[in-house]
Amino acid sequence: MEELLTITFVLQTLRITIPYLLPSLGAVYSEKGGVVNIALEGILLSGAFAAAAGTFYTGNIIVGTACGILAGIIIALIHSIVTITFKANQIVSGIALNILAFGITKFFCKILFGSSSNSERIPGIETLDLPFNPFLLLCVIILGITYFTINKTRFGLRLRAVGENPQAADSLGISVTKVRYLGVLISGALGGLGGAWLALDQHSYTDGMSAGRGYIALAAMIIGKWNPMGAAGACLLFGLAESFTLQFQDSGIPTQFIQMLPYVLTIIVLAGFIGKANPPAADGVPYEKKD
Amino acid sequence: MKTTINLILSFILALTITSCGKKENTENNTGKLKVGLVFDVGGRGDKSFNDAAYRGLEKAKQELGIEFEYIEPGPGADREAALRQFSSRKDIAVIFGIGFIFTDEITKIAQEFPDKKYACVDYTVDPSKTIPPNLVALEFKEEEGSFLVGAIAGLLTKSNKVGFVGGMDSPLIKKFQVSYEAGVKHVNPGGQILVGYAGVTGDAFKNPGRGKELALGQYNDGVDIIYHASGVTGLGVFEAAREMKKFAIGVDSDQNDEAPGYIITSMVKVVDVSVFEVIKEVKEGTFKGGRVETFGLKTKGVDYAYTDKNKHMIPDEVKAKVEVIRQDIIDGKITIPTK
Repeated sequence: MEELLTITFVLQTLRITIPYLLPSLGAVYSEKGGVVNIALEGILLSGAFAAAAGTFYTGNIIVGTACGILAGIIIALIHSIVTITFKANQIVSGIALNILAFGITKFFCKILFGSSSNSERIPGIETLDLPFNPFLLLCVIILGITYFTINKTRFGLRLRAVGENPQAADSLGISVTKVRYLGVLISGALGGLGGAWLALDQHSYTDGMSAGRGYIALAAMIIGKWNPMGAAGACLLFGLAESFTLQFQDSGIPTQFIQMLPYVLTIIVLAGFIGKANPPAADGVPYEKKD
Repeated sequence: MKTTINLILSFILALTITSCGKKENTENNTGKLKVGLVFDVGGRGDKSFNDAAYRGLEKAKQELGIEFEYIEPGPGADREAALRQFSSRKDIAVIFGIGFIFTDEITKIAQEFPDKKYACVDYTVDPSKTIPPNLVALEFKEEEGSFLVGAIAGLLTKSNKVGFVGGMDSPLIKKFQVSYEAGVKHVNPGGQILVGYAGVTGDAFKNPGRGKELALGQYNDGVDIIYHASGVTGLGVFEAAREMKKFAIGVDSDQNDEAPGYIITSMVKVVDVSVFEVIKEVKEGTFKGGRVETFGLKTKGVDYAYTDKNKHMIPDEVKAKVEVIRQDIIDGKITIPTK
């Protein structure tokens, strides 16, 4: 039991939290502006694939990471065009993009690596360089920036305005379209960055490696009541639960039971402690300009 | 506008679905024997189980002049669909299912297509059910190989603590675990063994991120050698070994090249040979189904890897002891637990 408090356990929890936190913060940008971004799952996956491919061909993890971010932005751009410009249903677009990402990564993996399931080994990040794990550091910085941007800057105010009451924002001369685009694109970049971490930490790409993390990130954001700090707290909770399932396999409790814990925890937290969460008023509603 | 978007979305969907399918090639009339193979979870490039099966295909292509096609199925029902897709093709005569997870599907499909020939690697033999006459079950005595690598780990550990990382928590992988533990205890009764599983579904065989975290946890607890039986997930175990400068033991194929210097040995299953032999039998007309073909230590169907690349990591006196154990297993002097 004393293992719980060891530094190893803490670091492991933080490592596991990274791929939840980045897309979760991305979701904050997107949803504060009024666009539900279920496509984060696909963004995470494409980001991981692009980062693996980029790193494999250049041998440089920074270029690889940039590729991951770019891939995330591309998927987010499609989502923006479909949902903001063409005002299609945001959930449907997100799901379609997730399915697309799942297929397209398989397709390119086959072309580039001769297998639709696995990439070659790539150089990556040695996580034990901690506490200076660059991604962890990046996470803390991005969390700070996000908190500041959403609450203290003009862009943050506009983002919240177009998410709460786009008509009012529009009448004040704010371009709803532009602000929403920006919110979704930032979420794509952060999701792609999260994907890059997955690939670089593992030193390869595996088919479907996002494994539902994009959805969990969204859930974390909701548990965190659409706030960056709340989302971070919820992500940490998920990281903690997962780390727990890894550490306590040897305790004689059946594996199946231990692996159930994170989900039970989610339900308890959602139902018991959080209470009612209010999304931005115009979240999920396309903005139709009335002349 | 709505219609346009619906059109675009359905197009995207259609594109995705087709991209999961496989290269559909035109009917060949060359008269060559054609083999269809469906991979296990993890797929090609796992450097382990599936890649071993692929080597068997390649060898058959070169030496027997056959042609082959393969499918890396997605989750769940895709496996049966893949088997069915091959079975309904006129040009394909033999179909392989790679992995225990195919047991039920391949039995069912073999009964539906009595004209085709089937083989299943790691088929779970159930004495109460008969194997269809057109299906050969390929079974490996992985407990014998695992016992040997367990003995190697037990003899080489300096911390007196070794680890095991399994993929899906299932009877097959439990067999690896239990026999490995028995091997460790056989040479080192005081040795401690830590055990971790990546999950309870087939996806647990393709989760290197989790494999790495499990292994890091065990290494941090003082383990110095980890044996994995977890498909692609094991690649994460090797990453952990590299980072912590500790050791690992590979599985199914000789995995030395995945982390040279960190992989003491591998529990090798000759999946490639078994695939090749079945194809050869079909080609020569000696294929006989409805039976179990067993590969064990005796016929070198399972073994531990000992090559120029890794022999510096296994001292001669350890090798000598392990060879004695090998003979004892073959002679039946040691009974190995399997569950």
